[in-house]
This record gives sequence, structure tokens and C-alpha cells, in this order.
Amino acid sequence: MQTKLTAIVSAAILAGSLTGAALAGDKNMVQIKGSDTMVHLASAWAEKFMKNNSGIEISVTGGGSGTGFASLLNGTCDIANASRTIKDSEKNQAKSKGFEAIEHIVGLDGIAVIVNPSNPVKHLTMEQIKKIFSGETANWKTCGGPDAKISVFTRDSSSGTFQFFQEHVLAKGDYSVKARRLASNSAIVQSVGEDANGIGYVGLGYLTEAHGKVKAIGVSKDAKAAVILPSVNTVKDGSYPISRGLQMYTRNQPTGNVKVFMDFVFSAEGQKIVEEMGFVRK
Amino acid sequence: MKNFWKDHFIKYLLQASASTCILIVILIFLFLFKEAIPFIKTPGLSTLLDSRWEPVSFVQERFGILPLFMGSLLVTVMATLLAIPFGIIAAVYISEVATPMEREFFKPFIELLAGIPSVVLGFFGLMVLSPIVKTVFHLSNGQTALTGAILLALMAIPTIITISEDALKSVPSSYKQASLALGASPVETIWRVTVPAALSGIIAAVMLGMGRVIGETMTVLMVTGNAPIPTLDPLESVRTMTATIAAEMGEVANQSPHYQALFWIGILLLAITFTLNFIAQRVLKKYQRRS
Repeated sequence: MQTKLTAIVSAAILAGSLTGAALAGDKNMVQIKGSDTMVHLASAWAEKFMKNNSGIEISVTGGGSGTGFASLLNGTCDIANASRTIKDSEKNQAKSKGFEAIEHIVGLDGIAVIVNPSNPVKHLTMEQIKKIFSGETANWKTCGGPDAKISVFTRDSSSGTFQFFQEHVLAKGDYSVKARRLASNSAIVQSVGEDANGIGYVGLGYLTEAHGKVKAIGVSKDAKAAVILPSVNTVKDGSYPISRGLQMYTRNQPTGNVKVFMDFVFSAEGQKIVEEMGFVRK
Repeated sequence: MKNFWKDHFIKYLLQASASTCILIVILIFLFLFKEAIPFIKTPGLSTLLDSRWEPVSFVQERFGILPLFMGSLLVTVMATLLAIPFGIIAAVYISEVATPMEREFFKPFIELLAGIPSVVLGFFGLMVLSPIVKTVFHLSNGQTALTGAILLALMAIPTIITISEDALKSVPSSYKQASLALGASPVETIWRVTVPAALSGIIAAVMLGMGRVIGETMTVLMVTGNAPIPTLDPLESVRTMTATIAAEMGEVANQSPHYQALFWIGILLLAITFTLNFIAQRVLKKYQRRS
């Protein structure tokens, strides 16, 4: 817990000094930016890594996967964290700037659909989840819950989770116009924890951290399929339907300090941290 | 001869620094338009009139500013309506009624309120005010336009108090003395003589407060829930123009229609602020001519 707290605090401090820290290219400094889902993970890596390699400074900031890509393209970071894969348009932009964005899958993540603990609903089918988030289903009664309006919480559009969920759960449809768009995973946990009729989604790592403030919903592919709860095991064996890779992108093949750091990420020690942070190792 | 050059040098220096402001405003305008103009060709300005804001979509990207405009309008109008009575009454109290000692006591607190960073106010709103709004109105969720408006009113009040107070103070004391000598009570003097005489300043104060409110970003981003619903219901969640720019500008791909649409929102915001200032100036002038 102590280390986790330090990681969060250092991430916050780094986020605060965002403007001052935009110094990619500094030889002993590696800038990592992007996915909010991965910011704790990357901070934990950075902390451990800096303990082992005192000469290299790693700075980690969040902002969303899109922010990471934008920053990688603008040259203000060395590694972009992304909880979605790179878009063709972003790939082409990289090419036009004279480099290739290389993808490294560093772990796996499940996206847990969460509701308030007081909600009697225990499981939903993918179809039901889709209808709730697209606004077609507006009352919990339809899904076997109480007669109450559903309040939907999503991430804002800069989030990789937003886009992943839109593509894979909403089948590329639009979110409900009434869906409240929040800036972070923890804001979603906070809001769903306070709203008896709330529903939202967060990365698996945040679920372990939520400590009973919210309840994860079991998900089934369709009405006949088995109901699967999100967990490290069900994501690893592929039975949980809403899961994805966690990516890090570098400018061309990593060299120098970036390579040293990436090697650490893929080492046994680095992958152990993946598990400690509530994600699934590769 | 030396003095002549010195005088001219100083004059030009002053002129240059004064024109810098104008130059900066013009440059900002040019910059906004430069980034926004390609949008006119594709997908076309009419897309900004769409009824939905759905910039990241696999179906169709939609850039309707209307829901965002309504969100800003709703929050700003409510915040102004909440702030006016508090602001003006407090200003009247501090400038006309309070003893010097009371004034010394209140003024630092008002200045402190003005100095609270908006992100702190937003945090307070999220943790304290939003649960209250939720309980009072029996909602399932307290992230509403009203929550944002209350917090923004808190931000506008110090501006309104400080500038109104200056205006009230600058009313010549001969006005008040004449009113009192004619037998008017102190209360009558305040509301019938002093406040009307300072009205131009008070209107300017309200306009400036409104300017602060409409441009405020962080607080509304944190507490209004950010659902782009076109609504005038204070208990619905809204998304303001400023919050949209703040939340989306960071991730957007350069030169994409989404990026350009955000610049159009910026232009609209600037236009609104200009109009507000323009109206304020007109009101001031009209009033000054009459008195």
C-alpha cells in the first residue's frame, strides 16, 4: 500500500509539473505519457526501475491514450502508453514525421462493468450492456433490477477505454447522450459508488482498488452462455468477454535508456509488477 | 536635444506596450480562425448546427455546438442570478453600512474567496456540494448544472462585490448628504440615491462576474457530469463549451474535423465575451449620458 501511495503521489506531482517536464530528448530522462488506465502501472515500473538504475530518470503522466499518441507524434514523450491499439491515421502521421510507432504489448486488462453495491442486478449479457450504454434501455427494471432510471457513466472521449468499449461492446454504436463523461477511472468508481442507479466501467486494476465501493457485474456473451466475473484468471484464459491488451509505443525500435526500460518491463520483475497492479501478465 | 529623444523614446515605449494588448487579441483571433477555417469546406459549417455533440464515433462524427452552448448558457445564467443579490447586498453593506472595523474583517475573506483555485472549488463541489444537491432534490446523482452554477456563483461574487463597492464608494458624499438633509432615511438614501448613482459600476461588475463565469472551465468540468444533453433543466447534467475544449483538446488529432470544431467553439466563446463587453460598454455610456 505504501509503495502504491508513493507511486500515485509521484504520478500526481509529475502530472503537476507536466509543462516543465516536456523535455523528451534529455539523455537521462525517459518520458512516458498516455493511458490513465496504465498510469499506476507505469509509475510502479518507473519507481522500481529508478531504484535499480539510479542514472536514469523516468517520468510518467496520464491524460488518456489519445494524449499519449499525440505526445509521441509531437516528440514530447518517448513512450506512449495506450489501452487501445494505434489508429491507422496515427500510424500514418508517425510515418509522415519520419518514424515508425512500434507496438509492445506489455500486459492484458479486463474491463469490469460496475454498479452500486446496493443494486440487486448480478449479471448482464453483452447485449444488455450495449443497450444500457447506448441509452436504449433506460430503466433497471428491464434488466431485473428496481424500477429506477439508469445513470450511465463513461470516460471522456480521450480515453482509450472509451474507444475500446465503444468499438467492442457498443459494436461501434454511439454512447447515450445522457451518459455522463468523467475524466478518470477513479472518478467513475467514486460516482458509481455514490449513485444507487449508476453503472460504469473501469480497468480491472481499479476494481481491486475500489475495495467494495462498487460491485462488478458478471458478463455473459449471450443469454445462454455462462456468466463470467472479471478476474485475472478469466481475462488470462480469455473467457471474460471484455478484455484487451495494454500497449506501449515507442518511436522506432527502442534504443538507449528507452530500451533498458522496455527490457525491464518485459523482465520477470517487471511482469510481476503487472500482476501486483491488478492486471494480467502477458 | 537629449531630452527630446528621451521623451520620444519613452512615448514610443508606452505606445508599444499599450498596443501589445491589441496585437495579442488580433493574433489570437487570427490563430483561432486559421485553425478553424478548413472546417468550412469539409465537413461544412452547417454540421455545427447539429443537435448532438458526438466527436468520436464509428457511425458518424457529429459536431453540434448547440448542446454545449445550452449547457454554458444554463450554467452562466443561473450562476449570475444567484450571484447578483449576494454580491450587491454585500457590497452595499461593506461600503455603506459596515463600520471600518467590520470592513477590515470582511474584506480579506472576500479576497480569499476570489483567490481559491478553481480546481479546489471543483473538488469541494464534487465531495461536498454534489451530495447535498443529490439529497435535497432526491436525485440519484448530484452532478448537475445547478451544482456547477452554485460554485460559479461563489466565484463571481467576489468580483461583483469588489467592483460594486468601488462604484458605491465613488458616489460623491454630497449626494448622500443632500438626500439625508431632505429627510430621507439612511435606507432610502442607499437604495434610492447611492445605488442608482453607482448603477453603471454595478452593471459593469455583474458583466465582469459573468465573464468570469462563462470562461471558467475546471470547476464545471468536475461537477456538471459532462453529458452533452441539450436541456434547460437545472437538475440535468450538462457539458459546457469550455469543459469540452479542456477535456478533448489534449487527445485530438491535429487538423482533424474534431480539432477544428473545438476551435469553432473557441471562436464562439470569444464572440460571446466580446458581445458581453460591448453591451456593458453601451449600457455604461447610455447611463453616463443621462446622469
